[in-house]
Amino acid sequence: MLTAVGVLLALLLGIGLVLLFSARRWKPDEGSVVEQINAVLPQTQCGQCDYPGCRPYAEAIANGEADINQCPPGGEDGVRALADLLGREPKPLDASHGETKPPMVAVIDEDRCIGCKLCIQACPVDAIVGAPKMMHTVIAGECTGCELCLPPCPVDCIDLVPRRRPFIWPVAGKPNTAGGSDDSAARARAHA
Amino acid sequence: MDLVLIIVSAALVNNFVLIQFLGLCPFLGVSNKLEGAAGMAMATAFVLTLASVAGYMLTAWVLVPLGLEYLRIVAFIVVIAGLVQLTELLMRHSAPMLHRVLGIYLPLITSNCAVLGVALLNVREQHSLVESALYGFGAALGFGGVLVLLAAARERLAMADVPESFRGAPIGLVTAGLMALAFMGFAGFAQL
Repeated sequence: MLTAVGVLLALLLGIGLVLLFSARRWKPDEGSVVEQINAVLPQTQCGQCDYPGCRPYAEAIANGEADINQCPPGGEDGVRALADLLGREPKPLDASHGETKPPMVAVIDEDRCIGCKLCIQACPVDAIVGAPKMMHTVIAGECTGCELCLPPCPVDCIDLVPRRRPFIWPVAGKPNTAGGSDDSAARARAHA
Repeated sequence: MDLVLIIVSAALVNNFVLIQFLGLCPFLGVSNKLEGAAGMAMATAFVLTLASVAGYMLTAWVLVPLGLEYLRIVAFIVVIAGLVQLTELLMRHSAPMLHRVLGIYLPLITSNCAVLGVALLNVREQHSLVESALYGFGAALGFGGVLVLLAAARERLAMADVPESFRGAPIGLVTAGLMALAFMGFAGFAQL
């Protein structure tokens, strides 16, 4: 009886110690899942998925809180890429979050702008430059076409126009060439 | 020659899933996608082989000398649970995506009766250490092979024009039954 108890206790203790040390040795790398999902998302930071940005949405997908079909800017291709990455079945985009649109860029009608700064606060990627009571403008190379600057504008001076070239998220350290052909970008950069 | 026979016997003739009907839960649970099935096959192979060896060592070196054979099942389950935990740690570290795909089925390897079955059958057949290892490995080959085969078949069936009432699990069960019939052709191929 005592040997039985002793053997079982020794067994449990031994396994527990082995597991303890292997858990220390191989720490789970949860962050990399979120990073991989985040890399697939279009980085428009538009919030149409009901999360404040692309990375929070990636975290929600990783935790199983959000479905993979809530990203309209990513479109069907984005859903398919997510499904491949996560080993799930692709499904059609959830229409309640909006529909896929071609790449857009915001343009401020500078004659009508009153310099209220409200759009600067709304912009998730800091693509609008301007000062109080001064004319604002959009850095086309940074704009993701997320439409978040439209509702706060009191004079409706912001329009979305189709982008000439598709938006490519800039890589840190490299100058962004996508959309650089838009002359307002050059102007804004000179301005800043 | 005997050692080869042990592998063939465990993998094909007495296939754990299709002939002995052990481990049916993961067999049907994770055979929806080929990728997940392959990952599950590898994880189970790791656990099966190690559990087989650990079961032998436990019986021959601890339980029999101390006259504690009646503790066999409890001790085996403890060891298997520890091994599965170790596998999960390793997988979460090295393949976080696969870990996510397998989900609940990874810890459920603990309750996979094929794993306990291998350890107990080793004792019944009075295998030596090498024979136990090969028996476990053969069982893993059989389990993994059959799992991957069924997953491949079910992936094709997902595209096929299956009658409404047979879609999903029913056609999967029919397929598994047909595979079991085919495996009966191995009967008498190797006696052990």
